[in-house]
Amino acid sequence: MVMVKKIMEGSHAVAEAVKLCRPDVLAMYPITPSTHIPERLSEMVNDGELDAKLIRVEAEFSAISAIAGASAAGSRVFTATSSQGLALMHEVLYAASGMRLPLVMVVANRALSAPINIWNDWQDAISERENGWIQIFVENVQEALDSTIQAFRIAEDERSYTPVAVNMDGFYLTHVYEPVDIPDEKDVREFLPPLNYKYKLDPERPLTHGPFAYPKPYAEVRKMQFDAFHSLIPIVKEVHDEFAKKFGRSYGNGVIEEYKNDRPITIITMGSVAGTVKEFVDSRDDVGLVRVRLYRPFPKEEIIRAIEGKENVIVVEKDVAMGSGSGALMLDLKDAMFEMKDRPKLNNVIGGIGGTDITRKDLENAINALKDKDNKVIWAGV
Amino acid sequence: MLPGSIIDKPKSTVVNKTGGWRTFKPIVDSSKCIKCGICEKFCPEGIIDIDPEKGAIVDYDYCKGCGICANECPVKAITMELERK
Repeated sequence: MVMVKKIMEGSHAVAEAVKLCRPDVLAMYPITPSTHIPERLSEMVNDGELDAKLIRVEAEFSAISAIAGASAAGSRVFTATSSQGLALMHEVLYAASGMRLPLVMVVANRALSAPINIWNDWQDAISERENGWIQIFVENVQEALDSTIQAFRIAEDERSYTPVAVNMDGFYLTHVYEPVDIPDEKDVREFLPPLNYKYKLDPERPLTHGPFAYPKPYAEVRKMQFDAFHSLIPIVKEVHDEFAKKFGRSYGNGVIEEYKNDRPITIITMGSVAGTVKEFVDSRDDVGLVRVRLYRPFPKEEIIRAIEGKENVIVVEKDVAMGSGSGALMLDLKDAMFEMKDRPKLNNVIGGIGGTDITRKDLENAINALKDKDNKVIWAGV
Repeated sequence: MLPGSIIDKPKSTVVNKTGGWRTFKPIVDSSKCIKCGICEKFCPEGIIDIDPEKGAIVDYDYCKGCGICANECPVKAITMELERK
């Protein structure tokens, strides 16, 4: 195993990972904070470092449509976007997952308008939580690079054929420089064999993608997708474990990561803020962390196991589920907890909205609020 | 059914008799038909055959009545008549 350690910007590390995966077709429309990903990949194609077809598109709707078409023709494809760009892709995201196309996308998470805001929160990805894409949230630049490589394996697995979105916090991860291990090209080639998409469009063996469906066949296809989607959790774990064996890096069990989670209070969160929480956990002796790495499909059983017997749980998240009175991760957690005999007290911190900071003080406030009888939703940074 | 509702065998739609969608019905006057085959080539459903004796034969089980054949016919042998059900 050959590794090269480099100081690299998050977006450039993702571009490096994509290059190592040898995609056939790229179609990206630059939008802050994901811009450096298409920028670097365009450079690579221009300089002859990466032998891929780069399609210049006029918007994100075209970007996702172009790679969906290329994917149906059997190509390995990639795109990257953020915020309004992801929202503009919405219609095609459903079409792609319904057609079971193995697309891979990196989302540099950013707030949604209005008011217009370019900074990080998770509202873009969270708003796509029912679209049938696998969603992974990463904590640091190395994990963004590793997860991008894993994403191709997960999407292209014949048992899966499901698109994957790798979520990395805008600016906090896309624009930060961190030391990263760049895997050796030969090792990645072994880990990720060439794509052999079983249902590719081929004049020699004609088939139809995306036909019209009457009510009953439509319902049947939706149920097939629903059943297949829940069986993806072991595949995500399997790919993660194989990656760990080959490259020597792992992230919890691939779907959740526990950190000093043998203490009475558990903080549950996702993404780069887990780094802040880890430091907070290190400074005390009553708090531990569970980081959700796989957000969709939601690993209910793993999370129940991780909080079984806990007195207090605090969910820290950078999004709102408008109308529910809490954030969306909180809703998923409440749903998972329905199966538990003794449910812990549950507080919700909504923070980091539109790029605000989540501070030690915010986490302390959430812990102090556990003394109150009622479950609380606390807005941080407001 | 394959994942993603992919259809890997042709002619899966023959079970749906789409002729029921028709409002206007093409009627071929075989005495005018010169058997040139232009209607056959233009038909978007591929349901017109040229019979060496009778000329253009329309399969009304699948003809949606678009009228392209009547429009293209160089000798005006096809007329569109309101469908009576």
